[in-house]
Amino acid sequence: MPAPERSHRDGVRQVAPLAIAVVGFGASFGVLARAAGMGVVSPIVMSATTFAGSAQFAAASILGAGGGITSAVTAALLLNARYGPIGVSVAPYLRGNPWSRFVHAQLTVDETWAVAAEGEGRFNPKVLLGAGLTLYAAWVGGTAIGVAFGDLIGDPATWGLDAAFPALFLALLVPQLTTRDARLAALAGALIALVLTPFTPAGVPIIAASAGCLVGLRRARGTTTS
Amino acid sequence: MTAAWTIVVLVGLGTVAIKSLGPMLLGGKPLPRGVSALVALLAPALLAALVAINTFADGQSLAVDARVLGVAAAAVATWRKAPVLLVIVLAAGTTALARALGA
Repeated sequence: MPAPERSHRDGVRQVAPLAIAVVGFGASFGVLARAAGMGVVSPIVMSATTFAGSAQFAAASILGAGGGITSAVTAALLLNARYGPIGVSVAPYLRGNPWSRFVHAQLTVDETWAVAAEGEGRFNPKVLLGAGLTLYAAWVGGTAIGVAFGDLIGDPATWGLDAAFPALFLALLVPQLTTRDARLAALAGALIALVLTPFTPAGVPIIAASAGCLVGLRRARGTTTS
Repeated sequence: MTAAWTIVVLVGLGTVAIKSLGPMLLGGKPLPRGVSALVALLAPALLAALVAINTFADGQSLAVDARVLGVAAAAVATWRKAPVLLVIVLAAGTTALARALGA
């Protein structure tokens, strides 16, 4: 017997516990972006338009470390490159007019994509929309809270906020280490970045670390399993 | 335009374009298998680099300071499947405490 079809409300309900964390996560982006010299309005605009946590943190951290615009933008967009194939995977399930498809596409992030998955590569667009709008409000609202209280914080290092960046990236990384190739790519990426740090401007080591994904070439060239 | 605004505009436009690519342009056609296999490995490679840099880089030199203790706390919390928010709070709290104690 098939399970009853899920609705927008199910999407809202399933990300509700996560939304509380996302408010805090958004607030920490607001605080850190402000500390990185992004001011008050631009972090909020960034959350509203980019809506992708790790890329936003990467851009802010590179800017704060004195890296150039090119490094910050390239690192952020490389981090978001995964949304290419993720978008391709949901595309067949996004019916309706181009505007509706556009909104669904922008709200497709790691968490909403995972919640909307119904197995065997199928996705529920209603769950995606409900979950996406919930997390969007939490992320943008949290960012606004963060920038509002950012200047009460003073030196972020006193509060250990500089350790919040690597902690967050670690928390996002670990669930992705499910395959041997992913672990090899992560190891290669970390090594490339550390080795290049003394010799290149801030930001460049992170972009160069994307070469870590080339460990997958063996697999791509090797036997095609399906 | 300031550096921050330039970054906000370029990252915003680029991200919107990447997210739109599949649903708006490709019409559901899958990426070539080799390409999607590589793209799937971009995230772990970049995230690991971000962990390493933000833990050990101090400008253009490498340093071991109070951040390492915070990240170690974060690693334990992540391993114990703590929520992301708790992981971040533990890391910041541990590093702040270590600095207050003069580490």
